[in-house]
Amino acid sequence: MIAGAGGPMMWGGGGDWHGGPQAQHTVIDGRVFDPRVMKRLWGYMQPYKMQVLLTVAMVIVSAGMQLLSPYLLKIAIDNYIVAQTDVVGLSVISVIFGLTLIVSYVSMSSQAWAMANVTQRVLNKMRGELFVKINRLPLTYHDQHESGVTMSRIINDVTVFQQLLTNGAINVVTDLLILVGIASIMLALNWKLALLTLSVMPVMIGATIFFTSRARKAYLRTRETIGEVAASFQENVSGVRVVQAFAREEVSQNRFDEINQGNRNANLGAVLLSSAFPPIVEFMGMLATAIVLFFGTMAVMSGDITVGVVVAFLTYVTRFFQPIRELAQVYNLFQQAMAAGEKIFDLLDEPITVDNRPDATELAPIEGRVEFDHVSFSYRGDVPVLKDVSFVAEPGQTIALVGPTGAGKTSIASLLARFYDINEGAILIDGTDTRSVTMESLRRQMGLVPQDPFLFSGTVRDNIRFGRPSATDEEIVDAAKLANTHDFISRLPQGYNTEVNERGQNYSQGQRQLIAFARAVLANPRILILDEATASVDTRTEVLIQAALARLLHGRTSFVIAHRLSTIRNADTVLVVNGGEIVQRGTHRELLSEEGMYKDLYLMQYRREMRQLDAVPEEMATA
Amino acid sequence: MGTTLRLLSYLKKYWITASIAYVCLLIGTGIDLYVPQLLRSVIDCAVRGQGGAVKTTCASTPDPLELVRNAALLIVGLTVMKGLFTFGQTYLAEYGAQSTAYDIRNELYRHLQRLSFSWHDRAQSGGLMARATSDVEQLRNFTGRGFLQLAQVICMTVGITVILVVTNWKLALISLLIVPVFLRVTTFYTRTIRPQFRQIQQELSVLAAIVQENLAGNKVVKAFAREPEQIEKFEQQNDYLLNQYLKQARVTSRVNPLMDVLGNFGTVAVLWMGGWLIITGDLTVGQLVAFNTYLLLIIRPVRRLGFLIAQASQANAAADRIFEILDAPVSVEDKPGALPLPPISGHVQFDHVTLSYYGGEKVLDDVTFDAQPGQIVALLGATGSGKTSIVNLVPRFYDVTGGRVLIDGHDVREVQLNSLRTQVGIVLQDTTLFTGTVRDNIAFGVPHATDEHVIAMAKAARAHDFIAGFPEGYDTLVGERGVTLSGGQKQRIAIARALLLDPRILILDDFTSAVDTETEALIREALDVLMRGRTTLVIAQRVSTVLSAHKIVVLERGEIAGMGTHEELLETNPIYAEIYRLQLMDETVKELFHGEELALVGSLSGGNGQHAGNGHDDQREGALNGRSGNGHGRNGRNGR
Repeated sequence: MIAGAGGPMMWGGGGDWHGGPQAQHTVIDGRVFDPRVMKRLWGYMQPYKMQVLLTVAMVIVSAGMQLLSPYLLKIAIDNYIVAQTDVVGLSVISVIFGLTLIVSYVSMSSQAWAMANVTQRVLNKMRGELFVKINRLPLTYHDQHESGVTMSRIINDVTVFQQLLTNGAINVVTDLLILVGIASIMLALNWKLALLTLSVMPVMIGATIFFTSRARKAYLRTRETIGEVAASFQENVSGVRVVQAFAREEVSQNRFDEINQGNRNANLGAVLLSSAFPPIVEFMGMLATAIVLFFGTMAVMSGDITVGVVVAFLTYVTRFFQPIRELAQVYNLFQQAMAAGEKIFDLLDEPITVDNRPDATELAPIEGRVEFDHVSFSYRGDVPVLKDVSFVAEPGQTIALVGPTGAGKTSIASLLARFYDINEGAILIDGTDTRSVTMESLRRQMGLVPQDPFLFSGTVRDNIRFGRPSATDEEIVDAAKLANTHDFISRLPQGYNTEVNERGQNYSQGQRQLIAFARAVLANPRILILDEATASVDTRTEVLIQAALARLLHGRTSFVIAHRLSTIRNADTVLVVNGGEIVQRGTHRELLSEEGMYKDLYLMQYRREMRQLDAVPEEMATA
Repeated sequence: MGTTLRLLSYLKKYWITASIAYVCLLIGTGIDLYVPQLLRSVIDCAVRGQGGAVKTTCASTPDPLELVRNAALLIVGLTVMKGLFTFGQTYLAEYGAQSTAYDIRNELYRHLQRLSFSWHDRAQSGGLMARATSDVEQLRNFTGRGFLQLAQVICMTVGITVILVVTNWKLALISLLIVPVFLRVTTFYTRTIRPQFRQIQQELSVLAAIVQENLAGNKVVKAFAREPEQIEKFEQQNDYLLNQYLKQARVTSRVNPLMDVLGNFGTVAVLWMGGWLIITGDLTVGQLVAFNTYLLLIIRPVRRLGFLIAQASQANAAADRIFEILDAPVSVEDKPGALPLPPISGHVQFDHVTLSYYGGEKVLDDVTFDAQPGQIVALLGATGSGKTSIVNLVPRFYDVTGGRVLIDGHDVREVQLNSLRTQVGIVLQDTTLFTGTVRDNIAFGVPHATDEHVIAMAKAARAHDFIAGFPEGYDTLVGERGVTLSGGQKQRIAIARALLLDPRILILDDFTSAVDTETEALIREALDVLMRGRTTLVIAQRVSTVLSAHKIVVLERGEIAGMGTHEELLETNPIYAEIYRLQLMDETVKELFHGEELALVGSLSGGNGQHAGNGHDDQREGALNGRSGNGHGRNGRNGR
C-alpha cells in the first residue's frame, strides 16, 4: 500500500483498501472501448454466464438499497417524528432500514465473491493459454521479441484485466445506477430544489476530469523518476568497487543528487495536485449542502416541502460524489485494459509458422543418417542465410562446422531440430522429411548442447533429468559419470540436490557445459548438436570437457560448431561454411593440403598463438 | 520508539513547514466540527417553520430566514477556508516528507559509497535497492500523510466524542458503539489481508520466474521437446495462484461490504433512538441530523485507523532497516590528519601481511614480497588461494589484519585514500560500465580529460576501432538505454579507463574468463601496451601470461608457496610444476599439432613470405619449441 496503491488517483481514500497487485502502466490516452477486446473477453466469461447474470442482479439490488435509505430517513422524520409522533411507526421503519442494510450487505458480498471467482478463473485460463502459446511459437518469434516483453503479457497485462473485471466493470454499473437513481429521486421529491442542487454537478464533473488526467500524468512521472533513482542506485551499488577504485565518490554523489531531486520535484508536483483536489470536491459538496439548506428551508417555511425532504436531500448530496470519482478512475482502467487486451490477444492470435502438419506421423526410432538436400533458408524472407546447402552425414559420423561468425553454422544446426522451416529443399533423417513427422518425435531423438548451456531452477539432478524425465536417480548418476560431471557435482555442498540459482550463474561456464553434457547423455539421442564454448574455461575443467566430449560424440551422428582444434581434427568431415554456403568439405588433413578458406583461417589462428608466446621474451628484454 | 524519534529528527530541518501543517490541521478539524452545528440550527428553524409539535433549538429571533441565510453563507465561507487549510496541511506535510525522503536517500547513497569492500561483499545489492526505494517510500508515506492522518483521527475522535456526549450522552453512547466494532473489523482485515496480499505477490513472482526461465531457455525446452513438462509446471503454479486469489477474495468480499454497511447501522441506531428522544422532547431534529453527520464524519478516519497502525509499524521496520545501513561503520577511511600520497615511482611491498575477512579464517598468512618500479609480478594459484585478496590490499579496498602494505615506503593506511587510489589503476574481473557515453566511461577516473586524450587511450586499449564503428562514436550511450557491449568490448573500455589514469601501479584481475579467444588476443595486445613501464600485479590464469612476468608469486591457501621466474620455479617448485603441467595439457592439442605439422606450416608460411621470412621470428620459434620440448621432458620424468 505504498504511494498511490489505490490506483492512479493519489487520493484513493477508501480505495486504498481494495488495492490489488499494482502493475505500472503507461497508457495515458487510448481507446476506452475496443469491441474486439471486449468480445474476446466476453468469450472467456461465457462459461460463467450465470454467475455474471447473478452479479448484475445483485448490483441492481444493492444500488436500489443504497438509494432507498435516505428516503426511509425522510419517511421516518416526516411521518413519525415531526408531523406526528408515532413510536411504533418509527420502530417499524427502523427495522425496515436495518433489513435493507442486511439485504444490501448480502448482495454486495455475493456480487463481489461471484465476480472475483469468475475473474480469477478467466485470468487463470488466459495465463495458461498464453503460456502454451509462447511454448508453441517458433524460435522466429522469440528471436524477434524480447523475453521481458513477452513475459509482461502473462504477468502484467493479465493483471490489468483483473482490476478491470473485479473493480472497474462492476463499479461502472453501480455508479451509473446510483447517479441516475439519485437524480431521479431528487427530481421526484422536488424538481426545483433538485435542479438547484444538481447545478454544481457539471462543475464537479469538469473538475474531476481535469484533475484525474493531470494527476495520472503526474503519477506516471513519479513512477518514472523513482525508476531512475532505483537505476542510478543499482548501478552505483553494483559498481561501488569501481567507483571507489577510481575515487569517483564525489562526482557520483552529485549525479545521484540530481536524479534524486528530479524524483522529489516530480513527487511534489503530484502532491500539489493531490492536495488541491479533495478541498475542491469538498467545497462543491458543501456548496450543494448550503444550497439545499437555504432553498430547502425556504421551501419548508413556505410549505412546499417537508423537513424530511431536506434531510433526504442532504444525505443524497453526500452520496453523489463518490460515484463521479470512481467513474473517472474506471475510465483510466478501461483505457489500460483495452491496451493490455489488444497486446494479449495479438499474442494469442500470432500465427504459428512452424507447426506439426495435420498428417504428421511419429518419427520411428532412427539410425541417424542426416541429409541436407539443396537446402535454402532465410529468417525473414529477404536475406538468404543458407544457399543450396547439400551434404550427407552417415550414422555415427561427427561433422564439424567451421567458418566465420554469421556464416550460417548455427542455422544449419537449428534447422536439424526444425527450429525453423526451410524455404527450399529438404532435410531428411533416415530418408524421412523432417516436416512430415511430429516435432516432438523428431526432437526427442536429438540432443542439443548450446554454447552457453542453460540451467533451470531446481536441483542439479533436476537439470540433468531434463534430458529424460523418466530417468531414475541411478541413471542420472551414471550419465553424470559418463559426462565427467559426477566428480564436480559430488563436491557440491548438497551434491545432486544442490540448488541452481539465477539460471546457473553460480556455476562456471565450464561446469554448466558439463551438466549439459550429462543432460544430453541421459537423453541418449541418436543425433547430437553441439555448439562448443568459445570462452576459456579453467585448465582442469577443460581437460574434463575434452574427455567427456569424446565419449559423448562416440556412436552418434554429431554436428559440432567447432572451436577446438582437437574436435576439428577428430571429425569425420569438416564443413567450412561461409556466406551461407559450404565452401569446402573434407577431413582436416585434406583441407590443409588444399588452398582455400580453411588454410587461411588456420594460418591466422596459428600466427596469433605464436605472437602471444612471442611477446614474452621481448617484454623481458625491454624491462 | 527510538526509531520513531530518530525519524522525527529528520523532520527537524523542516520544522516550520511541519508546524504550519499541523496548525492547518487543527483549524481544519475545528471547522469540520463546527459545520454540523450550523446544520442543526438551520434544520431546527425549518422544523419550527413547518410548525411541527416537536421542540427545536431555533432561537425565536425575529427572522429565522435571516439565520438560515447567514448559516448557508457561513458554511460556504467556512468550506473555502477549510479547503485552503486542507490544502496547506497536506501539501506542507508532504513537502516535509518528500524532503526527508530525499535527504535520507542522499545520505544512504553517500554512506554506501564510503562503506568498504568488506561490507559490500556481504551485502546483497537487491536488498540495498529495496532500502533506497520501497523502504524510503514507506517512510515517506508515513511521515507525510500517515502521521498527519493519525493526528487527524485523534483530534476528530476526541472532538466528536465530546460534542456528542455533551449533546446527548445516551444517544452518544449508542451511536459510538459502532466505533469499536469498526476498529475490530479493520484490524482483522489488515491482519488477514496483508499476509494474503504478500503471499499473492510471492506466488506471482514465482509464476513470473517460471515464465522468464521458460523464455530464456526456450531453445533447450524445444530441443528436448519438454513443453508438456513446462506447461504442467506452469499450470500447477497458475492454479496455486488462483487459489490464493480466491482465498483473498473470500475475505474481501465479506469484509469490504461490511465496512460500507456498518456506518449505516449507526444511522439506524441514531434514527430509532434519536427519533424516540425527539418524541420525548430530549432531542431536536436538528440535533439528530447533526448527530448523523458527526457519525459519518468519524467513520472515514476510524476506518483508516487499522490501516494507519499497520502503516506505522511498517514504516518503523523500514526505518530500522535503513538506519542499520546508515549505522554500519566505515572501516576503511582516512586517518585523522592523513597526508596525501606524493607522486609515486611504484614500489610495492607486502611486509608480513595477514588478512582475514570479518574475523573469519586467514585468507592471507604472512605474505611478504615486493614489486620494484616497472616490474611485472604475476600471482598464480588455485581459486581461493588469495590472489585477489593481495591485489585488493594495494588500493586499500580492505585493511590488513596484520603486517603492512607499503607503497614507496608509505603504509597505505597512513595516506589519504583518494591520493592512493588515483595512482593505482585497476582492471577488475567485473567490468562495470556506467550509464552515460563511451567517453564518460573512459574518462571515469579523470572527468576533465580532453577528447584527444580519451581517444588516444582508447586506441592504446584497442577499443578505438569498435567505438568508431558505432553510429555516435564516443557519444554512444552505454548501459541500460544504450548499446549492448560484448564482454570483450567492455573489458577494453575498462582498460582504457584504467590507462587514462596513467597510474604508476597497475592491477589486472583475471579478465579472460568472460571473453572468447579472439577477443582475448586483442585484449592481450592492449595489455602489453598498458603494462609497459608500470609496476603491474597481474592475476594469471594461464601460463602464457605468467611467462611475461619478471616475478611469479605462487600462492597456496593464503601463503606464498614459491617465488621466482618461470625457469626457477619449474626447477624448484612442485606446485608450480603441477599447474604448469595441467596448463600444458590444455595446450597439448595445439602444441602437438604444431610439432606434427610444423614442416607443413613452415612451407605454407614460407610461401606467404611474412612469417618465416623474419629471422627474428625464426629464432623465437626455436626458443618456443625448445621450451615446450623441455616441458615434455619434465613431464616424462614425472610421469606416473
